Amino acid sequence: MTVITHSTHHTTHSISRHVPNPVHATLLAGTVPLFLGGLLSDIAYFQTYEIQWTNFASWLIAGGLVFCGFAVLFALVNLVKATHKKGRPLIYLLLLAATWVLGFFNALVHAKDAWASMPSGLILSVIVTILACAATWIGFTNLRSGGEA
Amino acid sequence: MNYAAPLSALTVALLLSACGGADQDIALVKGENPKLDEPQRGLLPSMTIADPVGWGDKKPTVPEGFTVSAIATDMQIPRQTLVLPNGDILVAEGRGGNAPKLRPKDVIAGYIKAKGTTSVKSGNRLTLLRDADGDGVYELKKVFADDLNAPYGLALANGNLYVANQDALVRFEYQEGQTEASGEPVKVTDLPYRINHHWTKALTASPDGRFLYVGIGSNSNITERGMEAEVDRAMIWQIDAETGAHKPYATGLRNPTALTIRPGTDQLWAVVNERDELGPNLVPDYLTSVQEGGFYGWPYSYWGQHVDNRVRPQNPDLVAAAIKPDYALGPHVAALGVDFSSSVMGEKFAEGVFVGEHGSWNRENPSGYQVVFVPFSNGRPSGEPVDFVTGFRTAEGTHGRPVGVTVDPRGALIVADDLANIVWRVTRTQ
Repeated sequence: MTVITHSTHHTTHSISRHVPNPVHATLLAGTVPLFLGGLLSDIAYFQTYEIQWTNFASWLIAGGLVFCGFAVLFALVNLVKATHKKGRPLIYLLLLAATWVLGFFNALVHAKDAWASMPSGLILSVIVTILACAATWIGFTNLRSGGEA
Repeated sequence: MNYAAPLSALTVALLLSACGGADQDIALVKGENPKLDEPQRGLLPSMTIADPVGWGDKKPTVPEGFTVSAIATDMQIPRQTLVLPNGDILVAEGRGGNAPKLRPKDVIAGYIKAKGTTSVKSGNRLTLLRDADGDGVYELKKVFADDLNAPYGLALANGNLYVANQDALVRFEYQEGQTEASGEPVKVTDLPYRINHHWTKALTASPDGRFLYVGIGSNSNITERGMEAEVDRAMIWQIDAETGAHKPYATGLRNPTALTIRPGTDQLWAVVNERDELGPNLVPDYLTSVQEGGFYGWPYSYWGQHVDNRVRPQNPDLVAAAIKPDYALGPHVAALGVDFSSSVMGEKFAEGVFVGEHGSWNRENPSGYQVVFVPFSNGRPSGEPVDFVTGFRTAEGTHGRPVGVTVDPRGALIVADDLANIVWRVTRTQ
Protein backbone atom coordinates (compact mmCIF):
# COMPACT_ATOMS: atom_id res chain seq x y z
CA MET A 1 0.00 0.00 0.00
CA THR A 2 2.78 2.37 0.93
CA VAL A 3 4.69 1.52 -2.22
CA ILE A 4 1.75 2.25 -4.50
CA THR A 5 1.15 5.62 -2.83
CA HIS A 6 4.73 6.61 -3.25
CA SER A 7 4.74 5.64 -6.90
CA THR A 8 1.53 7.49 -7.67
CA HIS A 9 2.81 10.57 -5.91
CA HIS A 10 5.99 10.55 -7.95
CA THR A 11 4.29 9.99 -11.31
CA THR A 12 2.13 13.05 -10.77
CA HIS A 13 5.23 15.16 -10.20
CA SER A 14 6.98 13.72 -13.24
CA ILE A 15 4.23 14.66 -15.62
CA SER A 16 4.15 18.26 -14.46
CA ARG A 17 7.93 18.65 -14.26
CA HIS A 18 9.40 16.56 -17.05
CA VAL A 19 7.34 17.25 -20.12
CA PRO A 20 9.67 19.05 -22.55
CA ASN A 21 8.18 22.45 -23.31
CA PRO A 22 7.86 23.39 -27.02
CA VAL A 23 11.27 25.11 -27.18
CA HIS A 24 12.99 22.26 -25.37
CA ALA A 25 11.19 19.76 -27.61
CA THR A 26 12.21 21.59 -30.78
CA LEU A 27 15.87 21.72 -29.74
CA LEU A 28 15.84 18.05 -28.77
CA ALA A 29 14.03 16.93 -31.92
CA GLY A 30 16.36 18.99 -34.14
CA THR A 31 19.47 17.38 -32.70
CA VAL A 32 18.83 13.98 -34.27
CA PRO A 33 18.40 14.94 -37.95
CA LEU A 34 21.38 17.29 -37.80
CA PHE A 35 23.77 14.67 -36.43
CA LEU A 36 22.18 12.04 -38.67
CA GLY A 37 22.70 14.32 -41.68
CA GLY A 38 26.34 14.63 -40.63
CA LEU A 39 26.63 10.86 -40.49
CA LEU A 40 25.06 10.37 -43.91
CA SER A 41 27.35 13.04 -45.39
CA ASP A 42 30.34 11.29 -43.81
CA ILE A 43 29.28 8.02 -45.40
CA ALA A 44 28.99 9.76 -48.78
CA TYR A 45 32.49 11.29 -48.40
CA PHE A 46 33.91 7.97 -47.26
CA GLN A 47 32.56 6.29 -50.36
CA THR A 48 33.17 8.96 -53.01
CA TYR A 49 36.12 11.14 -51.79
CA GLU A 50 33.93 14.05 -52.92
CA ILE A 51 35.06 16.89 -50.64
CA GLN A 52 31.74 18.73 -50.57
CA TRP A 53 30.21 15.93 -48.48
CA THR A 54 32.66 16.53 -45.66
CA ASN A 55 31.91 20.27 -45.84
CA PHE A 56 28.23 19.42 -45.41
CA ALA A 57 29.08 17.13 -42.50
CA SER A 58 31.06 19.90 -40.77
CA TRP A 59 28.15 22.35 -40.90
CA LEU A 60 25.52 19.75 -39.94
CA ILE A 61 27.59 18.74 -36.91
CA ALA A 62 28.02 22.41 -35.97
CA GLY A 63 24.24 22.84 -36.23
CA GLY A 64 23.72 19.71 -34.14
CA LEU A 65 25.99 21.16 -31.46
CA VAL A 66 23.93 24.37 -31.31
CA PHE A 67 20.62 22.51 -30.92
CA CYS A 68 22.07 19.88 -28.60
CA GLY A 69 23.88 22.51 -26.51
CA PHE A 70 20.69 24.42 -25.72
CA ALA A 71 18.81 21.18 -25.13
CA VAL A 72 21.49 20.29 -22.53
CA LEU A 73 20.67 23.54 -20.70
CA PHE A 74 16.97 22.64 -20.64
CA ALA A 75 17.83 19.13 -19.46
CA LEU A 76 19.92 20.64 -16.68
CA VAL A 77 17.11 22.93 -15.54
CA ASN A 78 14.76 19.95 -15.73
CA LEU A 79 17.01 17.98 -13.42
CA VAL A 80 17.39 20.86 -10.95
CA LYS A 81 13.62 21.19 -10.74
CA ALA A 82 13.06 17.44 -10.39
CA THR A 83 12.12 16.18 -6.93
CA HIS A 84 14.23 13.07 -7.24
CA LYS A 85 17.50 13.92 -8.96
CA LYS A 86 18.07 10.40 -10.16
CA GLY A 87 16.69 8.03 -12.72
CA ARG A 88 15.36 9.18 -16.06
CA PRO A 89 16.01 12.97 -15.78
CA LEU A 90 19.62 12.26 -14.84
CA ILE A 91 20.16 9.65 -17.53
CA TYR A 92 18.60 11.99 -20.07
CA LEU A 93 20.95 14.81 -19.09
CA LEU A 94 24.02 12.55 -19.13
CA LEU A 95 23.18 11.07 -22.52
CA LEU A 96 22.57 14.49 -23.98
CA ALA A 97 25.76 15.89 -22.42
CA ALA A 98 27.72 12.90 -23.77
CA THR A 99 26.20 13.55 -27.20
CA TRP A 100 27.38 17.15 -27.06
CA VAL A 101 30.89 16.39 -25.77
CA LEU A 102 31.54 13.67 -28.36
CA GLY A 103 29.84 15.84 -30.99
CA PHE A 104 32.28 18.61 -30.12
CA PHE A 105 35.26 16.28 -30.52
CA ASN A 106 33.72 15.17 -33.79
CA ALA A 107 33.57 18.80 -34.94
CA LEU A 108 37.29 19.14 -34.16
CA VAL A 109 38.05 15.94 -36.05
CA HIS A 110 36.06 17.28 -39.00
CA ALA A 111 38.18 20.45 -38.91
CA LYS A 112 41.16 18.37 -40.01
CA ASP A 113 41.90 18.82 -43.68
CA ALA A 114 40.59 16.44 -46.32
CA TRP A 115 40.93 12.71 -45.55
CA ALA A 116 42.64 13.42 -42.18
CA SER A 117 39.13 13.36 -40.68
CA MET A 118 38.67 9.73 -41.76
CA PRO A 119 37.82 7.18 -40.50
CA SER A 120 37.64 8.65 -36.97
CA GLY A 121 35.10 11.29 -38.06
CA LEU A 122 32.79 8.66 -39.46
CA ILE A 123 33.07 6.46 -36.35
CA LEU A 124 32.36 9.43 -34.07
CA SER A 125 29.39 10.41 -36.22
CA VAL A 126 27.90 6.93 -35.75
CA ILE A 127 28.36 7.09 -31.96
CA VAL A 128 27.05 10.65 -31.68
CA THR A 129 23.99 9.84 -33.77
CA ILE A 130 23.18 6.78 -31.64
CA LEU A 131 23.63 8.82 -28.45
CA ALA A 132 21.41 11.59 -29.83
CA CYS A 133 18.69 9.07 -30.68
CA ALA A 134 18.92 7.50 -27.22
CA ALA A 135 18.80 10.88 -25.47
CA THR A 136 15.84 11.96 -27.55
CA TRP A 137 14.03 8.69 -26.91
CA ILE A 138 14.39 9.08 -23.17
CA GLY A 139 13.67 12.79 -23.29
CA PHE A 140 10.33 12.26 -24.94
CA THR A 141 9.49 9.04 -23.11
CA ASN A 142 9.51 11.08 -19.89
CA LEU A 143 6.18 12.37 -21.02
CA ARG A 144 4.61 8.99 -20.46
CA SER A 145 6.59 7.04 -17.95
CA GLY A 146 7.73 9.63 -15.43
CA GLY A 147 10.69 9.93 -13.08
CA GLU A 148 11.89 6.58 -11.80
CA ALA A 149 13.64 4.66 -14.51
CA MET B 1 25.75 13.10 -10.43
CA ASN B 2 27.89 10.00 -9.98
CA TYR B 3 28.82 9.92 -13.65
CA ALA B 4 30.14 13.46 -13.70
CA ALA B 5 33.62 12.70 -12.36
CA PRO B 6 34.61 10.01 -14.89
CA LEU B 7 33.11 12.07 -17.70
CA SER B 8 35.14 15.17 -16.87
CA ALA B 9 38.26 13.05 -16.37
CA LEU B 10 37.75 11.70 -19.87
CA THR B 11 37.33 15.24 -21.19
CA VAL B 12 40.58 16.40 -19.58
CA ALA B 13 42.43 13.36 -20.91
CA LEU B 14 41.16 14.00 -24.42
CA LEU B 15 42.07 17.67 -24.26
CA LEU B 16 45.56 16.87 -22.99
CA SER B 17 46.12 14.73 -26.03
CA ALA B 18 44.54 17.39 -28.21
CA CYS B 19 47.48 19.50 -29.26
CA GLY B 20 49.81 18.30 -31.96
CA GLY B 21 53.11 17.11 -30.66
CA ALA B 22 56.31 18.45 -29.14
CA ASP B 23 58.91 20.54 -30.91
CA GLN B 24 62.17 18.81 -31.64
CA ASP B 25 65.34 20.70 -32.39
CA ILE B 26 64.40 22.65 -35.48
CA ALA B 27 68.00 22.67 -36.71
CA LEU B 28 67.57 18.97 -37.54
CA VAL B 29 64.83 19.83 -40.01
CA LYS B 30 67.06 22.13 -42.05
CA GLY B 31 69.71 21.63 -44.68
CA GLU B 32 70.32 19.10 -47.44
CA ASN B 33 69.22 16.08 -45.40
CA PRO B 34 66.49 17.10 -42.96
CA LYS B 35 65.39 14.57 -40.35
CA LEU B 36 61.67 14.11 -40.90
CA ASP B 37 59.36 13.24 -37.97
CA GLU B 38 56.34 11.01 -38.23
CA PRO B 39 53.21 13.02 -39.05
CA GLN B 40 51.24 14.04 -35.97
CA ARG B 41 48.09 16.04 -35.43
CA GLY B 42 46.04 16.24 -32.24
CA LEU B 43 42.45 17.40 -32.08
CA LEU B 44 43.66 20.96 -32.48
CA PRO B 45 46.60 22.11 -34.64
CA SER B 46 49.31 23.78 -32.55
CA MET B 47 49.12 27.50 -33.15
CA THR B 48 51.06 30.60 -32.17
CA ILE B 49 49.93 33.65 -34.08
CA ALA B 50 52.04 36.78 -34.53
CA ASP B 51 51.08 39.49 -32.02
CA PRO B 52 51.81 42.77 -33.82
CA VAL B 53 53.35 45.51 -31.66
CA GLY B 54 55.14 47.77 -34.15
CA TRP B 55 58.83 48.63 -34.09
CA GLY B 56 58.78 51.79 -31.94
CA ASP B 57 62.42 52.90 -31.70
CA LYS B 58 63.64 49.39 -32.40
CA LYS B 59 65.15 48.08 -35.61
CA PRO B 60 65.86 44.61 -36.91
CA THR B 61 69.16 43.06 -35.84
CA VAL B 62 71.86 42.63 -38.49
CA PRO B 63 75.30 40.98 -38.35
CA GLU B 64 78.40 42.87 -37.29
CA GLY B 65 79.68 45.01 -40.14
CA PHE B 66 76.17 45.80 -41.33
CA THR B 67 73.61 48.46 -40.54
CA VAL B 68 69.90 48.66 -41.26
CA SER B 69 67.58 51.57 -41.92
CA ALA B 70 63.95 52.05 -42.87
CA ILE B 71 63.96 53.63 -46.34
CA ALA B 72 60.17 53.78 -46.65
CA THR B 73 57.42 53.67 -44.04
CA ASP B 74 53.61 53.80 -44.12
CA MET B 75 53.50 51.54 -47.14
CA GLN B 76 50.32 49.67 -48.07
CA ILE B 77 51.46 46.09 -47.50
CA PRO B 78 54.84 45.85 -49.27
CA ARG B 79 55.59 42.32 -50.57
CA GLN B 80 58.23 42.08 -53.28
CA THR B 81 60.79 44.59 -54.47
CA LEU B 82 62.78 45.10 -57.67
CA VAL B 83 65.97 47.12 -57.99
CA LEU B 84 66.02 48.91 -61.35
CA PRO B 85 69.24 49.53 -63.34
CA ASN B 86 69.51 53.14 -62.12
CA GLY B 87 69.18 52.06 -58.47
CA ASP B 88 65.51 52.98 -58.05
CA ILE B 89 63.48 50.46 -56.07
CA LEU B 90 60.02 49.36 -57.07
CA VAL B 91 57.76 47.96 -54.33
CA ALA B 92 54.68 45.84 -55.04
CA GLU B 93 51.99 46.51 -52.44
CA GLY B 94 48.77 44.66 -51.85
CA ARG B 95 46.81 41.79 -50.46
CA GLY B 96 44.88 39.26 -52.54
CA GLY B 97 42.85 36.09 -52.24
CA ASN B 98 39.11 35.58 -52.32
CA ALA B 99 38.77 32.06 -50.99
CA PRO B 100 35.23 31.40 -49.71
CA LYS B 101 34.82 30.01 -46.21
CA LEU B 102 33.63 26.47 -46.81
CA ARG B 103 33.68 25.08 -43.30
CA PRO B 104 33.17 26.36 -39.74
CA LYS B 105 36.94 25.91 -39.43
CA ASP B 106 37.60 28.45 -42.19
CA VAL B 107 35.59 31.08 -40.32
CA ILE B 108 37.39 30.49 -37.01
CA ALA B 109 40.91 30.02 -38.42
CA GLY B 110 40.50 33.04 -40.72
CA TYR B 111 39.60 35.23 -37.75
CA ILE B 112 42.54 33.98 -35.66
CA LYS B 113 45.16 34.22 -38.42
CA ALA B 114 44.07 37.74 -39.43
CA LYS B 115 45.27 38.92 -36.01
CA GLY B 116 48.84 38.19 -37.08
CA THR B 117 48.76 40.41 -40.18
CA THR B 118 48.44 44.11 -40.89
CA SER B 119 45.05 45.83 -40.86
CA VAL B 120 46.17 48.30 -43.53
CA LYS B 121 44.14 48.30 -46.74
CA SER B 122 45.63 46.63 -49.81
CA GLY B 123 47.67 49.14 -51.83
CA ASN B 124 47.18 47.41 -55.19
CA ARG B 125 49.97 49.56 -56.56
CA LEU B 126 53.68 49.89 -57.26
CA THR B 127 55.66 52.52 -55.40
CA LEU B 128 59.00 53.83 -56.64
CA LEU B 129 61.73 54.78 -54.17
CA ARG B 130 64.71 56.86 -55.31
CA ASP B 131 67.96 57.82 -53.63
CA ALA B 132 69.37 60.22 -56.25
CA ASP B 133 72.51 61.27 -54.40
CA GLY B 134 73.41 57.85 -53.03
CA ASP B 135 73.39 58.90 -49.36
CA GLY B 136 71.17 55.98 -48.36
CA VAL B 137 68.12 58.20 -47.87
CA TYR B 138 65.38 57.50 -50.38
CA GLU B 139 64.05 61.01 -50.70
CA LEU B 140 61.59 60.29 -53.50
CA LYS B 141 58.59 58.07 -52.85
CA LYS B 142 56.12 58.08 -55.70
CA VAL B 143 53.26 55.89 -56.88
CA PHE B 144 54.55 54.30 -60.10
CA ALA B 145 51.35 52.49 -61.07
CA ASP B 146 47.96 52.23 -59.41
CA ASP B 147 44.74 50.21 -59.68
CA LEU B 148 46.54 46.89 -59.96
CA ASN B 149 45.09 43.66 -58.58
CA ALA B 150 47.24 42.49 -55.67
CA PRO B 151 50.58 42.82 -57.54
CA TYR B 152 53.34 40.58 -56.21
CA GLY B 153 56.04 39.32 -58.58
CA LEU B 154 58.16 41.87 -60.46
CA ALA B 155 60.67 41.45 -63.32
CA LEU B 156 62.44 43.66 -65.81
CA ALA B 157 63.19 42.29 -69.29
CA ASN B 158 63.03 43.36 -72.94
CA GLY B 159 62.55 47.00 -71.94
CA ASN B 160 59.39 45.99 -70.14
CA LEU B 161 58.44 45.94 -66.53
CA TYR B 162 56.45 42.77 -65.89
CA VAL B 163 54.04 42.63 -62.96
CA ALA B 164 52.31 39.47 -61.74
CA ASN B 165 48.91 40.51 -60.44
CA GLN B 166 46.88 37.87 -58.62
CA ASP B 167 44.81 37.29 -61.77
CA ALA B 168 47.04 38.21 -64.73
CA LEU B 169 50.57 38.87 -65.89
CA VAL B 170 50.81 42.43 -67.21
CA ARG B 171 53.60 44.64 -68.54
CA PHE B 172 54.49 48.30 -68.68
CA GLU B 173 57.01 49.78 -71.09
CA TYR B 174 59.90 51.00 -68.99
CA GLN B 175 62.55 53.57 -69.72
CA GLU B 176 65.37 54.21 -67.29
CA GLY B 177 64.68 57.09 -64.98
CA GLN B 178 60.93 56.88 -65.26
CA THR B 179 59.12 57.60 -61.99
CA GLU B 180 55.65 56.87 -63.24
CA ALA B 181 54.23 54.34 -65.67
CA SER B 182 53.65 55.92 -69.05
CA GLY B 183 50.32 54.23 -69.63
CA GLU B 184 47.91 51.49 -68.75
CA PRO B 185 49.31 48.00 -68.28
CA VAL B 186 49.12 45.56 -71.21
CA LYS B 187 47.99 42.04 -70.38
CA VAL B 188 50.47 39.31 -71.31
CA THR B 189 48.24 36.44 -70.16
CA ASP B 190 45.62 35.56 -67.59
CA LEU B 191 46.80 33.63 -64.57
CA PRO B 192 44.77 31.09 -62.57
CA TYR B 193 42.80 33.25 -60.14
CA ARG B 194 39.72 31.30 -59.02
CA ILE B 195 39.55 31.00 -55.21
CA ASN B 196 43.24 32.04 -54.89
CA HIS B 197 43.69 30.40 -51.49
CA HIS B 198 47.40 31.02 -52.11
CA TRP B 199 47.11 34.17 -54.19
CA THR B 200 50.70 35.38 -54.57
CA LYS B 201 52.08 35.11 -58.10
CA ALA B 202 55.85 34.95 -57.95
CA LEU B 203 57.73 36.09 -61.05
CA THR B 204 61.12 36.06 -62.66
CA ALA B 205 62.44 36.31 -66.23
CA SER B 206 64.94 34.12 -68.06
CA PRO B 207 68.27 35.90 -68.65
CA ASP B 208 67.55 36.32 -72.39
CA GLY B 209 64.09 37.73 -71.64
CA ARG B 210 62.37 35.14 -73.80
CA PHE B 211 60.49 33.46 -70.99
CA LEU B 212 58.78 34.53 -67.82
CA TYR B 213 58.29 32.13 -64.94
CA VAL B 214 55.26 32.51 -62.68
CA GLY B 215 54.77 30.63 -59.42
CA ILE B 216 51.17 29.64 -58.77
CA GLY B 217 50.26 28.33 -55.31
CA SER B 218 47.79 25.57 -54.49
CA ASN B 219 44.16 26.36 -53.72
CA SER B 220 44.23 24.60 -50.36
CA ASN B 221 46.49 23.30 -47.63
CA ILE B 222 46.08 19.70 -48.73
CA THR B 223 43.19 19.38 -51.23
CA GLU B 224 40.48 20.24 -48.69
CA ARG B 225 38.80 22.39 -51.34
CA GLY B 226 38.57 19.43 -53.69
CA MET B 227 40.74 18.23 -56.55
CA GLU B 228 38.87 20.33 -59.15
CA ALA B 229 40.08 23.50 -57.42
CA GLU B 230 43.69 22.42 -58.05
CA VAL B 231 43.64 22.49 -61.84
CA ASP B 232 46.54 24.72 -62.96
CA ARG B 233 47.63 25.19 -59.33
CA ALA B 234 50.74 24.28 -57.34
CA MET B 235 53.03 24.74 -60.32
CA ILE B 236 55.38 27.08 -62.12
CA TRP B 237 54.35 28.29 -65.54
CA GLN B 238 56.79 29.16 -68.28
CA ILE B 239 55.28 31.99 -70.31
CA ASP B 240 56.50 33.15 -73.71
CA ALA B 241 57.10 36.89 -73.28
CA GLU B 242 56.15 37.58 -76.93
CA THR B 243 52.98 35.58 -77.30
CA GLY B 244 51.78 35.01 -73.74
CA ALA B 245 51.54 31.27 -74.43
CA HIS B 246 52.27 29.17 -71.36
CA LYS B 247 53.14 25.64 -70.34
CA PRO B 248 53.61 24.07 -66.92
CA TYR B 249 57.36 24.17 -66.33
CA ALA B 250 57.35 22.22 -63.07
CA THR B 251 54.48 20.86 -60.96
CA GLY B 252 53.72 19.58 -57.48
CA LEU B 253 55.17 22.70 -55.82
CA ARG B 254 52.61 23.56 -53.13
CA ASN B 255 53.25 27.27 -52.94
CA PRO B 256 56.22 28.60 -54.92
CA THR B 257 56.35 32.07 -53.36
CA ALA B 258 59.53 33.46 -54.88
CA LEU B 259 61.55 32.65 -57.99
CA THR B 260 64.97 33.70 -59.17
CA ILE B 261 67.62 32.73 -61.71
CA ARG B 262 71.12 32.02 -60.45
CA PRO B 263 73.31 34.73 -62.01
CA GLY B 264 75.56 33.45 -64.77
CA THR B 265 73.30 30.48 -65.44
CA ASP B 266 69.85 29.74 -66.88
CA GLN B 267 68.91 27.73 -63.81
CA LEU B 268 65.61 28.62 -62.13
CA TRP B 269 65.44 28.45 -58.32
CA ALA B 270 62.39 28.68 -56.07
CA VAL B 271 61.44 28.82 -52.43
CA VAL B 272 58.33 26.79 -51.73
CA ASN B 273 55.99 26.71 -48.73
CA GLU B 274 55.03 23.21 -47.76
CA ARG B 275 51.89 21.78 -46.13
CA ASP B 276 50.61 22.37 -42.60
CA GLU B 277 48.92 20.36 -39.88
CA LEU B 278 51.31 17.41 -39.85
CA GLY B 279 53.03 18.51 -36.65
CA PRO B 280 55.56 21.16 -35.61
CA ASN B 281 58.42 19.60 -37.58
CA LEU B 282 56.65 18.76 -40.81
CA VAL B 283 56.87 19.63 -43.56
CA PRO B 284 60.00 21.76 -44.08
CA ASP B 285 59.64 24.63 -46.52
CA TYR B 286 62.36 24.40 -49.10
CA LEU B 287 64.75 26.03 -51.52
CA THR B 288 65.30 24.13 -54.73
CA SER B 289 66.61 24.33 -58.23
CA VAL B 290 63.63 23.71 -60.49
CA GLN B 291 63.93 20.98 -63.09
CA GLU B 292 61.94 21.42 -66.26
CA GLY B 293 59.07 18.92 -66.30
CA GLY B 294 59.79 17.94 -62.71
CA PHE B 295 57.10 16.94 -60.19
CA TYR B 296 57.80 17.87 -56.58
CA GLY B 297 55.17 15.86 -54.70
CA TRP B 298 52.21 18.04 -53.79
CA PRO B 299 49.65 16.92 -52.90
CA TYR B 300 50.42 13.21 -52.91
CA SER B 301 53.74 13.22 -51.12
CA TYR B 302 56.34 15.46 -49.51
CA TRP B 303 60.15 15.52 -49.50
CA GLY B 304 60.31 12.85 -52.15
CA GLN B 305 58.31 9.75 -51.41
CA HIS B 306 56.72 10.52 -48.00
CA VAL B 307 53.05 9.83 -48.78
CA ASP B 308 50.49 12.30 -47.42
CA ASN B 309 47.63 10.15 -46.23
CA ARG B 310 45.18 13.05 -46.26
CA VAL B 311 44.83 12.99 -50.04
CA ARG B 312 42.19 10.85 -51.75
CA PRO B 313 42.38 9.37 -54.25
CA GLN B 314 46.08 8.64 -53.87
CA ASN B 315 48.50 8.45 -56.78
CA PRO B 316 51.39 6.00 -56.27
CA ASP B 317 52.80 6.62 -59.77
CA LEU B 318 53.24 10.32 -59.14
CA VAL B 319 54.64 9.65 -55.66
CA ALA B 320 57.29 7.44 -57.26
CA ALA B 321 58.18 10.24 -59.67
CA ALA B 322 58.38 12.98 -57.03
CA ILE B 323 61.68 14.87 -56.89
CA LYS B 324 63.26 15.50 -53.50
CA PRO B 325 63.99 19.24 -53.11
CA ASP B 326 67.56 20.48 -52.70
CA TYR B 327 67.51 22.18 -49.33
CA ALA B 328 65.16 22.34 -46.31
CA LEU B 329 64.65 25.79 -44.82
CA GLY B 330 62.79 24.46 -41.77
CA PRO B 331 59.16 23.63 -40.94
CA HIS B 332 56.52 26.36 -41.20
CA VAL B 333 59.07 29.18 -41.66
CA ALA B 334 56.97 30.54 -44.57
CA ALA B 335 59.75 31.48 -46.99
CA LEU B 336 58.38 34.32 -49.15
CA GLY B 337 61.49 35.88 -50.61
CA VAL B 338 64.66 34.66 -52.31
CA ASP B 339 67.54 36.34 -54.11
CA PHE B 340 71.09 35.40 -54.98
CA SER B 341 73.84 37.34 -53.27
CA SER B 342 77.01 38.71 -54.83
CA SER B 343 80.37 40.05 -53.78
CA VAL B 344 78.80 43.41 -52.88
CA MET B 345 77.50 41.80 -49.68
CA GLY B 346 80.99 41.07 -48.40
CA GLU B 347 83.09 37.93 -48.46
CA LYS B 348 81.11 35.99 -45.86
CA PHE B 349 77.79 36.51 -47.62
CA ALA B 350 78.97 36.59 -51.23
CA GLU B 351 78.07 33.09 -52.35
CA GLY B 352 74.56 31.97 -51.55
CA VAL B 353 70.97 33.16 -51.33
CA PHE B 354 69.06 35.34 -48.94
CA VAL B 355 65.66 34.01 -47.92
CA GLY B 356 62.89 36.05 -46.27
CA GLU B 357 60.92 33.96 -43.77
CA HIS B 358 57.53 35.46 -42.94
CA GLY B 359 57.13 33.22 -39.88
CA SER B 360 54.93 30.38 -38.70
CA TRP B 361 51.40 30.02 -37.35
CA ASN B 362 51.21 26.22 -37.14
CA ARG B 363 53.90 25.80 -34.48
CA GLU B 364 53.72 26.35 -30.73
CA ASN B 365 57.33 27.52 -30.71
CA PRO B 366 57.40 29.89 -33.70
CA SER B 367 59.84 29.42 -36.57
CA GLY B 368 60.93 31.87 -39.27
CA TYR B 369 60.40 35.60 -38.63
CA GLN B 370 63.87 36.33 -40.01
CA VAL B 371 66.00 36.67 -43.11
CA VAL B 372 68.57 33.91 -43.46
CA PHE B 373 71.53 33.40 -45.72
CA VAL B 374 71.93 29.96 -47.25
CA PRO B 375 75.57 29.48 -48.28
CA PHE B 376 76.33 27.87 -51.64
CA SER B 377 79.37 26.02 -52.85
CA ASN B 378 79.83 24.68 -56.36
CA GLY B 379 76.45 26.06 -57.30
CA ARG B 380 74.57 24.08 -54.63
CA PRO B 381 73.27 25.05 -51.20
CA SER B 382 75.63 23.67 -48.62
CA GLY B 383 75.87 24.03 -44.86
CA GLU B 384 73.55 25.46 -42.27
CA PRO B 385 71.52 28.62 -42.88
CA VAL B 386 73.00 31.71 -41.22
CA ASP B 387 70.85 34.36 -39.51
CA PHE B 388 71.09 37.61 -41.44
CA VAL B 389 68.25 39.88 -40.33
CA THR B 390 66.57 38.95 -37.03
CA GLY B 391 64.70 40.62 -34.16
CA PHE B 392 61.35 40.58 -35.96
CA ARG B 393 59.88 38.71 -33.03
CA THR B 394 60.92 39.48 -29.45
CA ALA B 395 59.43 39.00 -25.97
CA GLU B 396 57.45 42.20 -26.53
CA GLY B 397 55.65 40.78 -29.55
CA THR B 398 55.98 40.69 -33.31
CA HIS B 399 57.52 43.89 -34.68
CA GLY B 400 57.51 42.93 -38.32
CA ARG B 401 57.38 40.07 -40.82
CA PRO B 402 59.84 39.87 -43.73
CA VAL B 403 58.62 39.01 -47.23
CA GLY B 404 60.60 39.85 -50.37
CA VAL B 405 64.39 40.14 -50.29
CA THR B 406 66.38 41.75 -53.11
CA VAL B 407 70.11 42.26 -53.42
CA ASP B 408 70.90 45.80 -54.55
CA PRO B 409 74.05 45.82 -56.72
CA ARG B 410 75.00 49.06 -54.98
CA GLY B 411 75.72 46.90 -51.92
CA ALA B 412 72.57 46.35 -49.92
CA LEU B 413 69.79 43.93 -49.16
CA ILE B 414 66.27 45.30 -49.51
CA VAL B 415 63.71 43.63 -47.20
CA ALA B 416 59.96 44.26 -47.42
CA ASP B 417 58.13 44.06 -44.07
CA ASP B 418 54.40 43.54 -44.65
CA LEU B 419 53.39 43.73 -40.99
CA ALA B 420 55.05 47.06 -40.13
CA ASN B 421 54.58 48.34 -43.71
CA ILE B 422 58.24 49.30 -43.91
CA VAL B 423 60.96 48.70 -46.50
CA TRP B 424 64.28 47.99 -44.79
CA ARG B 425 67.72 48.39 -46.35
CA VAL B 426 70.68 46.50 -44.93
CA THR B 427 74.09 47.89 -45.92
CA ARG B 428 77.70 47.18 -45.10
CA THR B 429 79.56 49.49 -42.75
CA GLN B 430 83.02 48.13 -43.55
